[in-house]
Amino acid sequence: MLKLTAFLAGLIFGLGLLLGGMANPAKVLAFLDVAGDWDPSLALVMVGAIAVAVIPMSWARKNRQSLLAAPMQLPVNRELDVRLIGGSVVFGIGWGMAGICPGPAVAILFTGHWQILIFVVAMLVGMYVFSSLEGRRTS
Amino acid sequence: MSIDWINFTPWTSLGAGALIGLSVSVFVLANGRVAGISGLLGSVMRFGSEGWGEKALFLLGLVIAPLLWGLFSVLPQIEITAQWPALVMAGLLVGLGTRYGSGCTSGHGVCGISRLSPRSLVATVCFMAAGFATVYLIRHVLGV
Repeated sequence: MLKLTAFLAGLIFGLGLLLGGMANPAKVLAFLDVAGDWDPSLALVMVGAIAVAVIPMSWARKNRQSLLAAPMQLPVNRELDVRLIGGSVVFGIGWGMAGICPGPAVAILFTGHWQILIFVVAMLVGMYVFSSLEGRRTS
Repeated sequence: MSIDWINFTPWTSLGAGALIGLSVSVFVLANGRVAGISGLLGSVMRFGSEGWGEKALFLLGLVIAPLLWGLFSVLPQIEITAQWPALVMAGLLVGLGTRYGSGCTSGHGVCGISRLSPRSLVATVCFMAAGFATVYLIRHVLGV
């Protein structure tokens, strides 16, 4: 059952990205280009998503188990540190260079655009470099 | 600043956002997990890690979404303008940055802000600001 809900959640996520044009890097770049012909769509996608998720999330914060009795695993780190800020800035620079963030990258992986394969391989390499450096730091 | 009224799609965007909100709600209410795509990818790269099957299935659903869409309708436009050197650089920065920053647009921007997490709010402000600055630099300073 947990596997089914996970699959359905991923499917709905992808349909939402497609419907909102967020799977289109050109539209995402039009949002990031505030000095050009600005397309605020992405901000409204976030507003719509947050409006729906805020009550379920507040329920999740108060419960130790999910409705299907899985353990509730919400992030516990509360520190505003250099890693959070530096990492997010680096991510934002990469996002601005191509208009692609991880969700849409996965969603359009098999839609016949060769460029996304290059991006995703590079992104996975970046994630792998992080894991390797982290492994060295903690061992 | 001028708003691009031809391409700005407020109602569709809100509806699409509601679908994404529904997805993250299902994942947290049923599976007890945060639907942050960079985090899921990071976990799935470690075979056999905690919750591997559920996380991989979420990502599989995401990959299949356009194929399902394509059965019923024409896929919406997908246009990637960046050249390959920029795609390589962008991919590396997105991979490294999202892991160091513990999240991306979904994990911090949607899930984190919905949880009212100060960390996620700070992260979202940082990556948005960096994204705005990068596009400004590329399009209006360098003029690419």
